[in-house]
Amino acid sequence: MITNTASAGSAAGLRRPAAITVTGLRKSYGDQVVLDGIDLNIAAGSVFCLLGPNGAGKTTAVKILSTLTGPDAGQVTIAGHDLAADPDGVRAAIGVTGQFSAVDIYLNAEENLRLMADLHHLDRRTGRQRCAGLIEQFDLGEAGKKPVAAFSGGMKRRLDLAMTLVGSPRIIFLDEPTTGLDPRARRATWQIIRDRVAEGVTIFLTTQYLEEADELADRIAVLDHGRLVAEGTAAELKRRVPGSSIVLSFGTVTALDAAVRTLGGQAIRSDDDLTLQIPGDGSARSVQAVLNRLDTESVENLELRTPELDDVFLALTGQSPAGTSTDSTGTDKEPQA
Amino acid sequence: MSTATYAVSDTVTLLRRNLKNNLRYPTSAIAIVGIPVLFLLLFVYVFGGALGTAVAATAHGSTHYVNYVLPGLIIMTAATGSLGASVSTSVDMTEGIIARFRTMAIFRPAILIARVLSSVTQTLTSMALVLGVAVAMGFSATAGLAGWLAAIGLLALTSFALTWLGIAFGLAAKTLDAASNAPFPLILLPFVGSGIVPTRSMPTAVRYFAEYQPFTPIIETLRGLLMGTPIGSNGILAVAWCAGLTAVGFGWAMKAFRRERTA
Repeated sequence: MITNTASAGSAAGLRRPAAITVTGLRKSYGDQVVLDGIDLNIAAGSVFCLLGPNGAGKTTAVKILSTLTGPDAGQVTIAGHDLAADPDGVRAAIGVTGQFSAVDIYLNAEENLRLMADLHHLDRRTGRQRCAGLIEQFDLGEAGKKPVAAFSGGMKRRLDLAMTLVGSPRIIFLDEPTTGLDPRARRATWQIIRDRVAEGVTIFLTTQYLEEADELADRIAVLDHGRLVAEGTAAELKRRVPGSSIVLSFGTVTALDAAVRTLGGQAIRSDDDLTLQIPGDGSARSVQAVLNRLDTESVENLELRTPELDDVFLALTGQSPAGTSTDSTGTDKEPQA
Repeated sequence: MSTATYAVSDTVTLLRRNLKNNLRYPTSAIAIVGIPVLFLLLFVYVFGGALGTAVAATAHGSTHYVNYVLPGLIIMTAATGSLGASVSTSVDMTEGIIARFRTMAIFRPAILIARVLSSVTQTLTSMALVLGVAVAMGFSATAGLAGWLAAIGLLALTSFALTWLGIAFGLAAKTLDAASNAPFPLILLPFVGSGIVPTRSMPTAVRYFAEYQPFTPIIETLRGLLMGTPIGSNGILAVAWCAGLTAVGFGWAMKAFRRERTA
């Protein structure tokens, strides 16, 4: 299931060389196993999303793949470079935005970007042009001369992402890039990610937000307690959880009562919002069958509900994505290196 | 592809960034100069009347207490500079900017080399400012050009040694608080040495410590170079202490820097 990218439904996953391949990746801190044998095969130009609850090992995976931390075991190849043998080759191909803003708070936005341009050894003109372009694209112009210490959290994250892009990396690691951002900033970040993908960049994204994975990812892998418990496209993962349903809304309790009498025991009734949920397979015929038995005049609204990624996540990991772990084995906290 | 090709340009880039930071974050710069200047004022103008006479009687003939106390406080500046290096290093580590540098194909040692160069520059500049205040207070050295050059060399060695120690503190500290507290005893060390009063006026146990701690031979050598007092074996001892402290600080910093990478 995990290495079988050829049969993936995703267009981006088809017949492209692998940007990242990982085999048997393991990492422990003391006697706590954080990554317990991970295999990945990420196609160039695709968005891969590592999804998992807090402490699942997402950040550790990013730290290892971005050369910050050494693995205990496993083979990793990134952009054709072996992680262990040629870390500088890997570094030259990647850009990393971690969970916490890695910006210089005493410099202003432009100086931070120029610092990156210098460290990427861009010539003066190219560096200046690229920084000016990023300042405009990331809407950092009005704050141009202020030191970053005076920036809002959202602006710092934007600058952080812009700094990652200065070197035009072919592979970008984004560790929870939108955590703590407001919805508008989150959407802006998504657009930036899509723009990079359009240029052929490979994105390795971790997130706790299922909506984000659903929006962006070509393939999603669910990490739980250091193991990959599922991998596939969002649609494939959703199919793993049974349960489409039709939700009918009624105007009055009388109408709801009448519908319950007609449809009988299989329907789930909610008096709070006057709705009735009828399990089905989501086909047109099943919808028609239900409607044929009802007085359609009394139905105010009809909604078809398919399983959300939330349901998949809950089914696979036994916990809700952004919530705190109910697990008492002590694995809910990922150690900070 | 070799990152060593960019050794010089990466070091220069990071050095420029560090120096800019030092200017933008004056709190640290003010403390590095401020602490020794404060003690200079305190010792010369508050305790100086009483101390000065006693010191002049036991040490050398100079009647100006500022002439006796300045070498000790210049060396204290090396210690406050070390504290500054520790704090700057710790800020870099905790802010995540070092993590970013580590994911880039840069000449890796440039990170520490640039930190050492910028901190030593800052410390030497601070020493010049402390000296300037002392001159305004009436300090006058008997040294000629050679004496001054030797003194500057000694101060550079001392700053270099204590900066490595400060960087090691900053890398090893888990929090910024720890990084700013750990080097603090260094600042007080000149007091329990020949910085403020001659060691021979101290009780035996304290005197024993004061004479064998690293700052005393360094201060005595500096005093000798600037004021013409006898140096004796202190010169060799001072250089040896600087070399030893540099080796310890460098070794510890390297270990802490690598450990951060694999932890």
